[in-house]
Amino acid sequence: MALLYTSVKPTPVLKDELDIVIPTIRNLDFLEMWRPFFEQYHLIIVQDGDPSKVINIPEGFDYELYNRNDINRILGPKASCISFKDSACRCFGYMVSKKKYIFTIDDDCFVAKDPSGKEINALEQHIKNLLSPSTPHFFNTLYDPFRDGADFVRGYPFSMREGAITAVSHGLWLNIPDYDAPTQLVKPLERNSRKFDLSPRYVDAVMTIPKGTLFPMCGMNLAFDRELIGPAMYFGLMGDGQPIGRYDDMWAGWCVKVICDHMGWGVKTGLPYLWHSKASNPFVNLKKEYKGIFWQEEAIPFFQSVTLPKECTSVQQCYLELAKLVREKLGKVDPYFIKLATGMVTWIEAWEELNSVEGTEAKAPTGKNE
Amino acid sequence: MSSAEINKNEVDIVIGALNADLTSFLTSWRPFFTGFHLIVVKDPELKEELSIPEGFDLDVYSKTDMDKIVGASNSTMFSGYSCRYFGYLISKKKYIVSIDDDCVPAKDLKGFLVDAVSQHVTNLENPATPLFFNTLYDPYCEGADFVRGYPFSLRSGVPCAASCGLWLNLADLDAPTQALKTEQRNTSYVDAVMTVPAKAMLPISGINIAFNRELVGPAMVPALRLAGEGKVRWETLEDVWGGMCLKHISDHLGYGVKTGLPYVWRNERGDAVESLRKKWEGMKLMEKSVPFFESLKLPETALKVEDCVLELAKAVKEQLGSDDPAFTQAADAMVKWIQLWNSVNSSS
Repeated sequence: MALLYTSVKPTPVLKDELDIVIPTIRNLDFLEMWRPFFEQYHLIIVQDGDPSKVINIPEGFDYELYNRNDINRILGPKASCISFKDSACRCFGYMVSKKKYIFTIDDDCFVAKDPSGKEINALEQHIKNLLSPSTPHFFNTLYDPFRDGADFVRGYPFSMREGAITAVSHGLWLNIPDYDAPTQLVKPLERNSRKFDLSPRYVDAVMTIPKGTLFPMCGMNLAFDRELIGPAMYFGLMGDGQPIGRYDDMWAGWCVKVICDHMGWGVKTGLPYLWHSKASNPFVNLKKEYKGIFWQEEAIPFFQSVTLPKECTSVQQCYLELAKLVREKLGKVDPYFIKLATGMVTWIEAWEELNSVEGTEAKAPTGKNE
Repeated sequence: MSSAEINKNEVDIVIGALNADLTSFLTSWRPFFTGFHLIVVKDPELKEELSIPEGFDLDVYSKTDMDKIVGASNSTMFSGYSCRYFGYLISKKKYIVSIDDDCVPAKDLKGFLVDAVSQHVTNLENPATPLFFNTLYDPYCEGADFVRGYPFSLRSGVPCAASCGLWLNLADLDAPTQALKTEQRNTSYVDAVMTVPAKAMLPISGINIAFNRELVGPAMVPALRLAGEGKVRWETLEDVWGGMCLKHISDHLGYGVKTGLPYVWRNERGDAVESLRKKWEGMKLMEKSVPFFESLKLPETALKVEDCVLELAKAVKEQLGSDDPAFTQAADAMVKWIQLWNSVNSSS
């Protein structure tokens, strides 16, 4: 059945229940391409870097903007947990949002096309992913059984077919893949495409990452149920004054996955794709990632072996327990982890404060479009 | 990887013949089976003579051969879909590729016929990555790699034990699902191979599968038979059970299991509603099997595949034997299988 492309904007779903969080240091011209898909949603812009710089936002979008001055004013001393000069600062946007769902995207990501040439409504796909169950307890070989045209395969236990609630939807990228610096240096020209005809490697699947398995969570194209897992989406201490960068989303992903596994929630990966246009400088990246490359060798066995006590029944409790374990077990690897553990605790304190009834009044940002 | 790069001498293609007329099946696969040795095993309960077209390098095994090699009392282990396990038993090759006789080559997204044999062997020859999920799927295929955040120490991967392919048209759904969605056909071609993570369980289908026989051959066990087992996949569970054993043993020994490409085109056969009329105990057995495999821990001293199978059989008998006689029979079959494996393969 051929689907005709029209200029009619797609029907918004969860318009009043979802915020789009975008960290930026430059401008938001990329929003122009996303207009048909984003215009009806509320945006939370987190402006990193120099707060005196004026960020140009295309007309017609409903947004609130927070710069560093706002972050400092709103959080006071607790602002120390929010990174500066790193896109990790985006997690401030999660904290101040009042919505149930968050979609976060990088400002160098554009609308991709599917193999039929149709523009992909990434947000709509994320919403579909979040609103349908996951299957973390048993792998389905036909991938997401809740997608149209798919189902559970023979042998899939019937008792597991209701699935689990979906906490996270992790999307992918065509064109510039999310490689680390060493890989970028070795393969500067590689694009996420087939070798022989350079057609995009479009894998038409959504799947649940099984319980007990960790993955590298990329923050470029990510959506999650903020009410469910928001407190675990802390993007750590990166950038200015920190010994490491480009591990913010990774860190959040390991924490989130461990907690989701503990709580029985699912994490999906796969569709939607977006078009990643900019390859950052691999030499700059190498400097940022350098320590991370070694530290992840310690961090990953830590996360793989961590068990959260049964008494941790809320995400905040799980997260504080994790912070404690990070301090105990990873603190020996480098004092950075002790600082990070402190940041994790501060984050939860700030989250509780801002998300209590009193906290909502203190939150007015500098830049707001009403 | 083109078929020219594969060492065809390392591969046996094992076909279980549940239908006597293999003409159209083999003819459709000819472009991809040429140059390979085929082992065709006839279902011992199939009375008619097989029709096989000329031009294939193949050996046919029937009940007579089974009786001679494993004894008449053991031939029952190889009836129905389990006949192909006899082929696995007597093969001397490194890799086995097995496709059900109601499947033909599928077309890929560009309209080209899929060389399922090549794809399976490529999957088996490249490492698997069960210890950490790569979000760009198979990192070893052209144009892909490990993503940022993938630990470097895990990037050399582990040996691949099995390659589980998929099906266009008639997917491997169970009878209730297919009966409910009579018109549903799988038209989604997902262009990826990926490793199923360690500790994750999955239903492995025998319709389109390949494995490293040298690595895990004894773990491909023909064990669980449904009381009403029939000649359509909806009425079997032997592959799913065997697959649970295989995955568990692979996880234990540090091997990987891949899933995804290649696709085959699975033709219509049988009637899901008809199959539903039989009392479908498969559902019950799966429900009991899952918590068993979830909590099962093979002893660290089990380092050989054969030992793993025997330990598994012991655990099945102890923990599941009282739940259903099918499990006791499965445990016994697993022990018998290892005996046969050792005797057949030591004399060669």
